[in-house]
Amino acid sequence: MKLSAKTATLLVLALMIAVTPFFFPSGYYYRVGALIFVNGIAVTGIVILTGYAGQISLGHAGFAGIGAYACALAPVHLGLHPALAVVLGAAISAVLAWLVGRPILRLKGYYLGVATLGFGILVSMVLNNERDLTRGPDGIDVPELGLRAVLKGWGLDMTNGQFWYFFCGLILILGAWLALNLYDSPTGRALRALHGSEIAARTVGVDVARMKLQAFVISAVYASVSGSLLALQNKFITPDVAGFMHSIEMVTMAVLGGVGSILGAILGAGILTLLPQVLTVFAEYEQLVLGLVMMLVMIFLREGLLPSILRRLRGTGE
Amino acid sequence: MTRDSNRALLSVEGLGISFGGLKAVHDVSFTVQPGEIVSVIGPNGAGKTTLFNMISGIYQPGLGKVRLAGEDVTGIEPHLLAQRGMSRTFQNLQIFQSMTVLENAVTGYHLAERGPVLADLLGLASSRRRARASDEGARKLLARVGLERAAEREAGNLSYGSLKRLEIARALALNPKILLLDEPAAGCNAVETEEIDLLIAEVAASGVAILLVEHDMKMVMRISSHIVVLDHGEKIAEGEPATVSQNPAVIAAYLGAEEPEAVTC
Repeated sequence: MKLSAKTATLLVLALMIAVTPFFFPSGYYYRVGALIFVNGIAVTGIVILTGYAGQISLGHAGFAGIGAYACALAPVHLGLHPALAVVLGAAISAVLAWLVGRPILRLKGYYLGVATLGFGILVSMVLNNERDLTRGPDGIDVPELGLRAVLKGWGLDMTNGQFWYFFCGLILILGAWLALNLYDSPTGRALRALHGSEIAARTVGVDVARMKLQAFVISAVYASVSGSLLALQNKFITPDVAGFMHSIEMVTMAVLGGVGSILGAILGAGILTLLPQVLTVFAEYEQLVLGLVMMLVMIFLREGLLPSILRRLRGTGE
Repeated sequence: MTRDSNRALLSVEGLGISFGGLKAVHDVSFTVQPGEIVSVIGPNGAGKTTLFNMISGIYQPGLGKVRLAGEDVTGIEPHLLAQRGMSRTFQNLQIFQSMTVLENAVTGYHLAERGPVLADLLGLASSRRRARASDEGARKLLARVGLERAAEREAGNLSYGSLKRLEIARALALNPKILLLDEPAAGCNAVETEEIDLLIAEVAASGVAILLVEHDMKMVMRISSHIVVLDHGEKIAEGEPATVSQNPAVIAAYLGAEEPEAVTC
């Protein structure tokens, strides 16, 4: 039986998540893995926005910030369960993405990049300056999700690291599944068409502005959920989550691994999450390295790592 | 053949546009009826493609009106024109390069297959059914333009002539009432041109109105039911092929453009 690309991608992803822990030298790596998955979720959203629809956002960390702070604030101030706070954060992100994107995406050209840049900076400033609510740059505590205790009650006893590793892995698979469904669906086809030729897409009836807006809103929800999961597993969050560097990180991860391929983009998230853990010097020079990676990929591997490797493996067969 | 303006599917009324003070198209009027093949001819730079771009909503006309089935559609968005039954191809090709040939043709079914984005995300059966229906339609259309064996190839790798046919297939997928073809035979060899000829005639015979811009005069004279001649952005003649080719103004325009043989054949 021939596997569809969708099933194959999901299988590879699930296998990697399930098998990698057997090679972990210490429990610490569950934490690194969970971080990779959290970034992978945000980057999957970037694949939809940039890989499918060809639009660039330089402020997606703003949505991650909203998702993260929703989990910090909603349980305390609104009495919401943290799980519902994730949903609330995603809903706020979706509405904000719609409000920001609607006027911008009617314009032709690269206005979205500039507008999202401004949006990200704005969110970051609010989180830094509204000390009464967010406690400012020092960060704020985030309540316990509580799911691990429930699972323990069911006899599934995991360490904190293990729980977040598998939980974020599961959400990542879910996110990848949704994005893969979209790819060859009527909406995904329209997104890829407008990416290829906006004029041609319009003449076959694609409402280009509306389609771009849908992609933008969906990708904002991915970023928001990613921010929420980061906050919940750290039980603490600072405004850095919404910072410009985090936005650039997301785009670089996607571009490095292959912005047109979900597995590739997750690979990119893996590499750039792992690098600072392995090479501590990287942490100090993160901006430098991100810039360098972006340049090298653009010059030598336009499609990103994974698609380039796959193309080479298939070789001259095609 | 008698032409009755009351039957017009497309009517262009006094259409004009200027670019930086230069009148690219000025006061052009004509009609296209269902099942008719109307060709717009004229020397290079006569404003044919500009006229097409105004009719299909890519340029906002400065003056005049475009009516589709009686409704004023002047300057409305191309995707709204597509919903009203207008479809077109491009002189300089607008292909989705990184998609397969089949996927390119499938995009023509966008209006037929689109649905709630949530259904698409969740991969619901309804979404997959819609996508499958357009896949089947697209395969049939590819067979009709002779591209069925290239279906899974990346469109960017196809020859120019094949891409021209792919654009026609994509445009036909909309099941249009009027089809605008901008130089469909450009870059095609004699055999391919004849195939495109037949295809266009077949589509027109099914009741679709066709508006054609073409440089191949043999083809224009052979298949057109009506010809509109542009020169320097203005309509200088209009009528049946036989009458137009004898028109002194038309001959002069082509002589001036150093294409005398084009009209005599």
